[in-house]
Amino acid sequence: MPKLTIDGIAVEVPPNTTILQAAESVGVEIPRFCYHDRLSIAGNCRMCLVDVEKSPKPVASCAMPVGEGMVVHTKSDRANKARGGVMEFLLINHPLDCPICDQGGECDLQDQAMAFGADRGRYHENKRAVKDKYMGPVVETVMTRCIHCTRCVRFATEVAGVPQLGATGRGEDMEITTYLEGALSSELSGNVVDLCPVGALTSKPYAFNARPWELRKTESIDVMDAVGTNIRVDARGRVVLRVLPRVHEDVNEEWLADKSRHACDGLRYQRLDQPYIRKGGKLQSASWDEAFAVIVGKVRGMSGAKFAAIAGDTVDAEAILALKDLATALGSNNIDCRQDGAALDANVRASYIFNSTIAGIEQADALLIVGANPRKEAPVLNARIRKRYLKGNFPICVIGDVGDLTYKYESLGANPDVLSQIAGGSHPVANALKNAKKPMIIVGMAALTRADGAAILATAKAVADNCGLIKDGWNGFNVLHTAAARVGGLDVGFVPNAGGKDTRGILDGASKGEIDVVYLLGADEIDTAKLGKAFVIYQGHHGDRGAHRADVILPGAAYTEKDGTYVNTEGRVQRGLRAVFPPGDAREDWTIIRALSEKLGKTLPYDNLAQVRARMAFVNPGFAAVDKIQPAAWKAFGIAGSISPTGFDYPVKNYYMTDPISRASRTMAQCTEEFVLAGQQKTGTHG
Amino acid sequence: MSTRSLAKEQPASFAFSSEMMERANKIIAKYPAGRQASAVIPLLDLAQRQEGWVTKPAIEEIAKILSMAPIRVLEVATFYTMFNLSPVGKTHVQICTSLSCWLRGSNEVVKACKEKLGIGMGERSPDGKFSLAELECSGACVNAPVIQIGDDYYEDVDYASTGKLLDAFKRGETPKAGSVTGRDGSAPAGEAITLSEKPTPPAKQDFSAAKAAFEKAKAEAAAKAAAPKA
Repeated sequence: MPKLTIDGIAVEVPPNTTILQAAESVGVEIPRFCYHDRLSIAGNCRMCLVDVEKSPKPVASCAMPVGEGMVVHTKSDRANKARGGVMEFLLINHPLDCPICDQGGECDLQDQAMAFGADRGRYHENKRAVKDKYMGPVVETVMTRCIHCTRCVRFATEVAGVPQLGATGRGEDMEITTYLEGALSSELSGNVVDLCPVGALTSKPYAFNARPWELRKTESIDVMDAVGTNIRVDARGRVVLRVLPRVHEDVNEEWLADKSRHACDGLRYQRLDQPYIRKGGKLQSASWDEAFAVIVGKVRGMSGAKFAAIAGDTVDAEAILALKDLATALGSNNIDCRQDGAALDANVRASYIFNSTIAGIEQADALLIVGANPRKEAPVLNARIRKRYLKGNFPICVIGDVGDLTYKYESLGANPDVLSQIAGGSHPVANALKNAKKPMIIVGMAALTRADGAAILATAKAVADNCGLIKDGWNGFNVLHTAAARVGGLDVGFVPNAGGKDTRGILDGASKGEIDVVYLLGADEIDTAKLGKAFVIYQGHHGDRGAHRADVILPGAAYTEKDGTYVNTEGRVQRGLRAVFPPGDAREDWTIIRALSEKLGKTLPYDNLAQVRARMAFVNPGFAAVDKIQPAAWKAFGIAGSISPTGFDYPVKNYYMTDPISRASRTMAQCTEEFVLAGQQKTGTHG
Repeated sequence: MSTRSLAKEQPASFAFSSEMMERANKIIAKYPAGRQASAVIPLLDLAQRQEGWVTKPAIEEIAKILSMAPIRVLEVATFYTMFNLSPVGKTHVQICTSLSCWLRGSNEVVKACKEKLGIGMGERSPDGKFSLAELECSGACVNAPVIQIGDDYYEDVDYASTGKLLDAFKRGETPKAGSVTGRDGSAPAGEAITLSEKPTPPAKQDFSAAKAAFEKAKAEAAAKAAAPKA
């Protein structure tokens, strides 16, 4: 452990730490452009020069390992002068167009020029000009501003695993570009905008929208996938202008997937801002009282068995709990939060969460993926798998046809029955798992939503039991969800008890006429044609599939418009805060259900959020521990059966459009056009 | 030097000839497994030797052979000015215009080339036989001015000798590479002007006294060793 002195502070750090990291550990900040914690060290911007005693010249602290007895001065005259020189060089070719630059106000170069720059330049030659590059629908480029830190190149190559960015030419002619100016085809491409220390790469949808100091920043949780990415919602007035990631080392580190980042413009379109009632086949706007009156007329006095409720993919746990309490009060047992029909067992928590945890992926040493496509279903989690893969000694096997996952894997074919062979021990992968210290299996929704989903779940459990995935302090059985609300719904217990109908049963019942009233709480991913003649109440925020079929629409709040609790795929309870108010007459979801319960004469026993959350903690004590994962006990689950040899049908076919918000988003439509429909013939009505 | 990018018009495909492929495989085999990307520069060179210039399909083919991302190969190809990213003439004439050559009259050489070939810098003659380019310091300053044609340097050129050289190439000949004034490598041009006097032999010394003293000491030592111990 080398000991050194930084600005008079003695510090002892592990060997191979760099001076910059050592300085950071004692709170000494060193300016930098190219250095980034989560990327490899480039050492090309020279902004982090420090003065080291006995060294003849200033040292680039980001790339210099600490040495025993080093005496470092980060604020000496020589260090400051060196940085001033570097800054002057950087500004030779940097256009000083801050007034028209979107990075203005949150620009590293701007900030550091304030600290180290001179008030005027000594160079009178023309600045260089660089042609802007096309990098896809979400990244805007003004390449003249680029200072060649290569953070974006390193991010694309290392973290995102799509080596499409590079620096061509050399010297003054160096340019950052994608190969032949193609779009950056990564689900994490938006992160290069955060990484860019200047305004060379900015957000295309957010271009010229706002200045950072105009925005109200609210910490929240993303609902576009089940990772539970920590986000910051930036809003001005009533409009959400952008979504940025927050750092959470155990969940998303500091990355954010493109859909989560850029679907926020969908919050402005196709909104349900007032109740609607279907009259004569047409939806007509109505008041809350009228809408409730229609529902009360239909539901009051009805047998509970004829009432059913389905909860959607992006709903908060509060609303799910309120709807469960309402259904129970009405005497109905037909409730389900698994609108995709996944064969998940709500009674055994270990059967439906990502037990190893996302951070735990980094400790694993063997991985089997069954019926999941992490790149499309959870890009941030996929980046974690890639991070582990890059460290080496991490064999990855995949059952199913998933295409490029940004890392190498051994494909075990498309036939899911291979899993039975692994469970039986006759497949070589079984031995690989047994020999590993911390093996993992990830079971995806493509496997669990099939008719034989329960059998696959049981076989996966057998693999876990037989191949040593369950050990002291390690549970290698993981379910990768695609919906942010799913684990919360299962934790609340929004599933039918014995005798009740699940999603398939509800839809069958509705088409046969056994179910009269179906309450859809933000549920849009079901086959609405199967609802038959049932009276459909849709509560949600977007005029999507559910609302099209609805007989009464109750306008709810989207995830940025309510305080909500979400449980991510690892079972981590997280709370998002309200960033803006819901539009028009729309209300927070649990309050709508609470108001309806009163009209139905079954008033729910809570009047404010604190009481709802107390009730949640009563139903499942885990809800009281925010940002914690309750370890789940390993019990029996799944129903043994035979597995059909047909390949998996993956739920996320178009990554950019999976829920009502992303389907309403124009940015996501452009991404779909660029990446999913690429090569498709354009028709006369095209753009 | 201007921004280097791929030419607009590109051939549809590229494949190494069997002879070139054999050479490429030999080069790749020099590097340990998993490090075959190290062969990217020689392979780009082979592609350029085969086609005359580095084409986009060649970049993609090399990327495939070496399991690299195409952008990584493009980075290398655009970095080194020795790779021609657009078609060049059969005789590619590169004139060094860096400081030493310029001081020794490279402007006149440029003028000769332009006049003789009827094309400007960075251009190719309509018949595709000649092309002209500027070369940054060719590293042969001692023989300035220098022009590079193909792989060969022609040194000590001036307006007249450049014209003669190009005429020879036009006739389809390949003049002998090196100094056109006939000097040997970078030896002084013309007569040597230093170290011209006869070298002085070392001063004569008489070593006989020293030799006699040495012999005497040797004999005494031998006698001492042979005498019986007292």
